[in-house]
Parts: sequence; structure tokens; C-alpha cells
Amino acid sequence: MSTAVRTSSKARRGSARGGAGWASWQAVALVVGALVMLFPLYWMVITAFSGQGALTSGPLRFFPEDPTLDGFRRAFELLPFGQFFLNSTAIALVAMALSVTLNLLAGYVLAKYRFRGQQVVFVMIVSTLMIPVQVVMVPQFQLVAGLGWINSYWAVIVPRAAEAFGIFLCRQFMLGIPDEVLEAARLDGAGHLRIFWSIVLPMSRPLIAVLVILTFMYRWNEFAWPLIVLNDQQLFTVPIGLSFLQGEYGTDYPALMGMALLSTLPVLVVFAVFQRQFVEGVARSGLR
Amino acid sequence: MTTAAPAAVTAPVPGDPPPRRRRVSRDTVAAWGLLSPNLVVFTVFLFVPLLATVWLSLYSSSGFGPREFVGADNYTELFGDSTFWRATANTGLYALLTVPVSLVIGLGIALAMNRPLRGRGVLRAIYYVPYVISGVVVAVAGRWIFNENVGVVNRLLRSAGLDGVPWQSDAVGAMGSLVLISIWTKIGFVMVVYLAGLQSIPAEYLEAAQTDGAGKWQRLRYIVVPLLKPTTIFLVVLGVIESFQVFDIVYVLTGGGPGNATEMLVTYAYAEGFDARRQGYAATIGVVTYLFIAVLTALWYRRQRAQEADL
Repeated sequence: MSTAVRTSSKARRGSARGGAGWASWQAVALVVGALVMLFPLYWMVITAFSGQGALTSGPLRFFPEDPTLDGFRRAFELLPFGQFFLNSTAIALVAMALSVTLNLLAGYVLAKYRFRGQQVVFVMIVSTLMIPVQVVMVPQFQLVAGLGWINSYWAVIVPRAAEAFGIFLCRQFMLGIPDEVLEAARLDGAGHLRIFWSIVLPMSRPLIAVLVILTFMYRWNEFAWPLIVLNDQQLFTVPIGLSFLQGEYGTDYPALMGMALLSTLPVLVVFAVFQRQFVEGVARSGLR
Repeated sequence: MTTAAPAAVTAPVPGDPPPRRRRVSRDTVAAWGLLSPNLVVFTVFLFVPLLATVWLSLYSSSGFGPREFVGADNYTELFGDSTFWRATANTGLYALLTVPVSLVIGLGIALAMNRPLRGRGVLRAIYYVPYVISGVVVAVAGRWIFNENVGVVNRLLRSAGLDGVPWQSDAVGAMGSLVLISIWTKIGFVMVVYLAGLQSIPAEYLEAAQTDGAGKWQRLRYIVVPLLKPTTIFLVVLGVIESFQVFDIVYVLTGGGPGNATEMLVTYAYAEGFDARRQGYAATIGVVTYLFIAVLTALWYRRQRAQEADL
């Protein structure tokens, strides 16, 4: 293409033909890549449905010999995972509702209000993205202990309620809401919360989908902080339970993989439900 | 708040144009009101603990009993602590390996996917799924799949006539499994963000370049990659910050081992603060980690700004 001098129509035809072959190579590469990405999950699934020790020796098999649910049953017998699921669900739902509400409010204010100190507030919020959770964990722990919140869900929920990444997404998305719409509502006499509730929120559905997915995911998956503030086994979340299962029954691979898969299901369901809106939301949040 | 804010909140200053001034002020009050829940949580649970971390780094404290002021002793000890330097090097290596590789692969997938394609939604979901799985699940699965005796990776290698890799007993092997697993989890997010970026590139640019005879690699090199630069900056900054915060996967997969071959800054801080109960020393590691991130981010932004100024 680069050497020969061609007429532009020839060049276009040439590249279209080359493009078709290239495109199918890319499609093949995409599918092969997807299989590589899927393999660990596939291996988790067949392990979960295999008998103990079935996949650790003998000839390498890619299907379970005698499918069984024993792994799942053992996991629930070894540790009270039913309770852990209830705990995780309660924490994730409450924390998600709280975080999403706070994110939206802050994003709205930072995108649509003009006031002194606004830039400072925005920069300070975004700069918290750089603080690793573990850096402030010791004083946070002392603070939460001082409040008497050790072994309470509040210790998990409240300190993480305000969250910079979500606020940043909300601001970027809401900058795209036209000022005229808000101004019109204001002239009609709508108050600040009324405008937020009946105009801004309905226009932010894709954004809310992104926030719901991401926040639910963060809260459901969170490990280090709950591990520190929850010591009572009755209050454990699923990831803590899983790490204990790993620590105490580390070679019961069917039980481990069964529970690992079950603990991933809620996030997958939330993701599947909101998937389409999620991609639109990412695109429009200026996440690029 | 749905009713008008009380008129008394701002006494109009004589000489100012009253109506306009008052409306601005009322908005200001509403803005701070709507922001206040966030500001309270940030202040109490983040800014105050951050300052307390700096303060605590000057003390020796076990969390029980009295703490003792030790001045800069923690910092002196830290700079002579070989585990700390090992953790710093490991964290840097982890960032250097996972960020560029996941960006290149993620961009490649996004480019291949940025067209009408049958099964596009399914493919996108497959690539994205590892990103939504928790670090603990990923690590628990990684321990099984990369187990050097019974794991499927080594069994496949052996059945191909190769030697199994010592994923647990060897320092390089352990870091290798950690990096491979992390890349697996990161690709999907990079892909989704790059896809969003690609969709914002006007098709006319590419068509015009094609008409002018630019091949696909030239279009990629001179049009697509430069136009994606803001996306890349965002992903690099986020990736580096994430690398300095990697905890769950390391804690469950290797526990920092063998020896301290995969010890990271934050896993070391956790071990010192909550296992060894040396809270002042843990706070010191935290302060230095934070400084590393702040300096790196600042340098990167300066470099980007300098490059933009050159153009």
C-alpha cells in the first residue's frame, strides 16, 4: 500500500479487500483471547462439580468424571456461609444506596453550581483517590473503635460512604446536562432538591447504572477493611469467609471453587442486568 | 429544602446589586448543604485519619497502652529496613509489568471490537467478567490453578513435555503468577474505557487518512493513538495508583512470600500494623507510600503538560 502509486479508487478497493481478511483474523484472535480469558472460570466450574481429589492426579481431564454437588455442600458445612451471604447482602445494599445517593448529590453540586471554594473541594475530593486504604487504616481503626463500632456493620458502611471515583463520574456526566433545562425548572419555582429529584435524576439513568454496578461490586468484594473491623464470625462477609476457608481447608478445591463461584454470582447478576446501560454510562461519563 | 431558602441567610450588603447577589448566595448555601454529607464523611474518615497517620508516624504504639514519642526514629528505621525496600521494588515492578501489558492488550481488544461484529456483546462481557470478580476469589482460584504440584497450568506444561514452573517456591515464579493473574483481571476495564474513547473519534478522520493512502498501522500510530491520549493518561494514572494499593490478591495468593518476594508496600504496612502491632511504624510506611504516589502522579502530569506544550 505504501510503495505503489495508485489511484485513490484502487487504493480504497485494495484496502477494503485487505480489510476483510484482516477483520476475520481479528475476529479469530478475539475468540481465541476470549477462550483464554474464560479458561480459569471454566476450570473453577468443573472443579466445583468434581469429587475431592479428582482433578489433582491421574490423567488430565477437562470434564468432571462424576459430577457432584458435594463440594458446595461441604463448603456450607465447614463454615456458616448462609449467614455470610446474608451479612454481605445487607452491607452491600445499604452501602450502595448510601454511596450512590451521596455521589449523585456531590456530582450535581460540583457540575452545576458556581460558588467560592468549588475548585478546592473538587481537587480535594479527587486527590483522595491517591490515598491507599491501608495508609489510613490504623487511625481509621482507632476512630471506629472509639465510636464503639467494632463488630458492627456501621464500621464497614459509613467510612466508605463518600467515594471520590463515583463523585468524579457524576460530575463528568452531569456537566453534559444542559443548563437551560435546570434554569427553566428554576424559573418555574422548583427548589434545589426538587430539580435534583425530578429533572437531574431521570436524565442520569445510565450514570446511575454505572454507579450501582461499581458500588455494589466494590462493597460486595471488599476484603481488607471488613477483615479488620469484623472479628465475630457471625458477622463475617463472604470474602472473609472465603479467605478463612482457604486458610483452614486449603486443599478442598471443590468446596473452595464452589464457594468462590457462588460468591461471584450476585455481582454477575447485577452486571448482567445493567450491562447495556453500563457501557453507555461509561462513555457519557467522560471516562475516556 | 424544596421551599425557597430562608431570606435571612444573607443580609444584603448596601451598595451591592441586591437581587443578583442574594440569588448567588442562596445557591451557595444550597451547594454547601447538598455537599455536606460527603464533606463530613471525607473529613472524619479520611482527612483526619490521614493527618493522624502523619502524627502517629512520630510515635511508637502497639494500639494498647501508652504511646511513646520517638520523633524521626520510625523514618530512620524505615530507610534501613531491607523489607521496606524490597516491598518498594516489588510494588514498582508490579506496576511496570501490569500497567503497560494490560493497556496494550486492552487497546488491542478494543480496536478489534470497535466495529459491527456478531456476538460483540458476549465477547465484551467475557473479557470484562474477570474485572468484576473479587480479589479474594481471584486469589483463591489462582492458588488452585497455579499450584505447582497439582494445578492445571503446570499439569498442562508437563503434559506438553515441559517443566512445571515453581509458582510458589520460587521468587520469580510467585511474582509471575501474581502479575499474570492481575493482568487477567485488568484487561476488561481497560477495554471498556478504550472502547468508549474509540467511539469518540470521528469516522471522517480515519476515512480522510485512508483516502490519503495511510495504511492501518499508520492510522493507528498517527491518528488513533494520539487521539486516545487523554484515555491513556487516565488509565496509566489509575493503574499506577491501583498498583500501589494492591492488597487482596497478594494477601490471599502469596501472603507476600516466598520470603518477602511478593511483599508490597500496603501488605507490609498491614502486617506491621495489625499482625506485629507496630502501629507507628505501619503509619510511617503509609506516609511514605502516599508520598510515592503523590510524587509519581505529579511527575507524570508535569511530563504530560510539557509534552502538550511542545506540540
